[in-house]
Amino acid sequence: MTDTLTDRREIAESGQDRPRRLDRRTRWESTARRIGHGWQLYLMLLLPVAYVIIFQYWPMYGVQIAFRNYNVVQGITGSPWVGFDNFTRFIESYQFWPVIRNTIVLQAYELVATFPLPIVLALALNYVRVRWFQRTVQMVTYAPHFISTVVIVGMLFVLLDPRIGMVNNLLGLFGISSTDFMGDPGLFRHIYVWSGVWQSLGFSAIIYLAALAGIDPELHEAAIVDGATKLKRIWHIDLPGIAPIAVILLILNIGSILSIGFEKVLLMQNNLNLSSSEVIDTYVYKVGLASDVPLFSYAAAIGLFRSVVGLVLLIAANQLARRFAKSSLW
Amino acid sequence: MAVTAMKETRSDRIFDVCNIAVLGLFLLAVLYPLVYILSASFSSAQAISSGQVWLWPVDFNLEGYKAIFEYKSIVAGFLNSVFYAVVGTLINVTMTLLAAYPLSRRDLYGRNGFMFLFVFTMLFSGGMIPTYLVVHQLGLLNTRWALILPTAMAVWNMIITRTYYQVTIPHELLEAARIDGCDDFKFFTRIVLPLSKPIIAVNALLYAVGHWNQFFNALIYLTDESLFPLQLVLREILVKNSIDPSQIQDAAELMRVQELRDLLKYSLIVIASVPPLLAYPFVQRHFVKGVMIGSLKG
Repeated sequence: MTDTLTDRREIAESGQDRPRRLDRRTRWESTARRIGHGWQLYLMLLLPVAYVIIFQYWPMYGVQIAFRNYNVVQGITGSPWVGFDNFTRFIESYQFWPVIRNTIVLQAYELVATFPLPIVLALALNYVRVRWFQRTVQMVTYAPHFISTVVIVGMLFVLLDPRIGMVNNLLGLFGISSTDFMGDPGLFRHIYVWSGVWQSLGFSAIIYLAALAGIDPELHEAAIVDGATKLKRIWHIDLPGIAPIAVILLILNIGSILSIGFEKVLLMQNNLNLSSSEVIDTYVYKVGLASDVPLFSYAAAIGLFRSVVGLVLLIAANQLARRFAKSSLW
Repeated sequence: MAVTAMKETRSDRIFDVCNIAVLGLFLLAVLYPLVYILSASFSSAQAISSGQVWLWPVDFNLEGYKAIFEYKSIVAGFLNSVFYAVVGTLINVTMTLLAAYPLSRRDLYGRNGFMFLFVFTMLFSGGMIPTYLVVHQLGLLNTRWALILPTAMAVWNMIITRTYYQVTIPHELLEAARIDGCDDFKFFTRIVLPLSKPIIAVNALLYAVGHWNQFFNALIYLTDESLFPLQLVLREILVKNSIDPSQIQDAAELMRVQELRDLLKYSLIVIASVPPLLAYPFVQRHFVKGVMIGSLKG
């Protein structure tokens, strides 16, 4: 549909006096000519397209093992179909509710903590007029973003160590006996979320700072003349100004609600905190790849379940945003 | 500026004071753990065990760093990571530019179709197991390629780069070049690439940090320890708390390193974080510009 439209537009633009309706053959020829004309561009696209087909679409084709009883000898297409058996097995397993609950609670907690804070930080930075202070805060708070997840978790382990950790030493000064923070399932979520805030807050604020910089300064000048305080300017000018970006980031976050920063959970996990740290992805990893008897089909089914729920949530969030916030991803 | 010259109201002054105070506290909260770990890494093992380190190094020494350089798998992992970061980033940046430039061209027939092909992979993926099976079928398990090819391009970076081209390379430039007899390849290599420095810097930084910090693919695709990147070695020591005695040359060394176990961790955290942090200031100038143009006008 769009192809014929652009066809016509091009013909109209080129000023040639051709009939608007092309018969099938000439249309095909003109398409072929246009592709031939840009052959170098298609050649450039060849490698990237090959990459997505091999490493993104081929796995999507392989997703069918979720509906089969995969075994290595028969391969993907040779293994017998089992319908939704792998899915029902997951839903009926005793692991289902704990894993789902942990995933949702952890992600929802993270969303609530990490969505508004970068906006607050960006607004705060935006109203600092001491340049060197503003720059210092920005430089320092970006830095942890570049530290790897393994190192961040390693830092948590050394700082929270019950024997020599800095936090326990500090609590010791106030006479509080030392705690095994990493082994406490009740603390797992708080440590996970707030260390994430520590690491990413400064960096996440960048995009909002850019959006704030794009707001017309005349709006602020007019507001000042009208006697608006800074708080009022934030409320009536800055927040509406960055709302579209905020909505888009929120939609993306909701879409990934079941796929939390899995590497970090896996690294922070230990046998003591497992009751609150086992999430869908760590569970898939364990039954599918880390166990002695890997259950490929079962794990693939759980992974597919997560992907589909994520996609549905993303679409739903996008529809809601389009309807109520007049801003959306597509 | 007229805005700042205006007389401030009382509530605005209160706002400023609170604002600076809150930001100052946040600054300290981010900075203190970093300073603490840096100081601890330069202190003596006894000072750490007895909790004497608070802000500055106690009994300044470099024992922890010495231990790192005597620990064979750390050095090997460091070198492997350098390899993955350099080769991987080179491939990433090339692939990203190759995809982003044609897709930025308004006159590319079927552009929307190609865009959808790429963007759809951001919304839905086959998942861990089917991807693993593909890597297995391609015979990449336990090869260096397993850490490079499956992540050869990030669609998000490609979109940022494409937007950058749409904003900075006007169509008129292409038309002018065409009149001078330039074909698409020549236009790309002679005109587009020289104008791409900021966006190449941004991509290189993002990809290189990604490669340097990646550990999960190495965990599932590699079993051969000689290929392990630094992050996997770090996981053993920092997270799983296991230090392999066979990595240390003789018994006296072993005793010493066991004493230094805690100290080693602090030094290791510092060493592992230095390369990405060093890269950052060099490209910061380009970074803000590149990311802003790429992300906001999209």
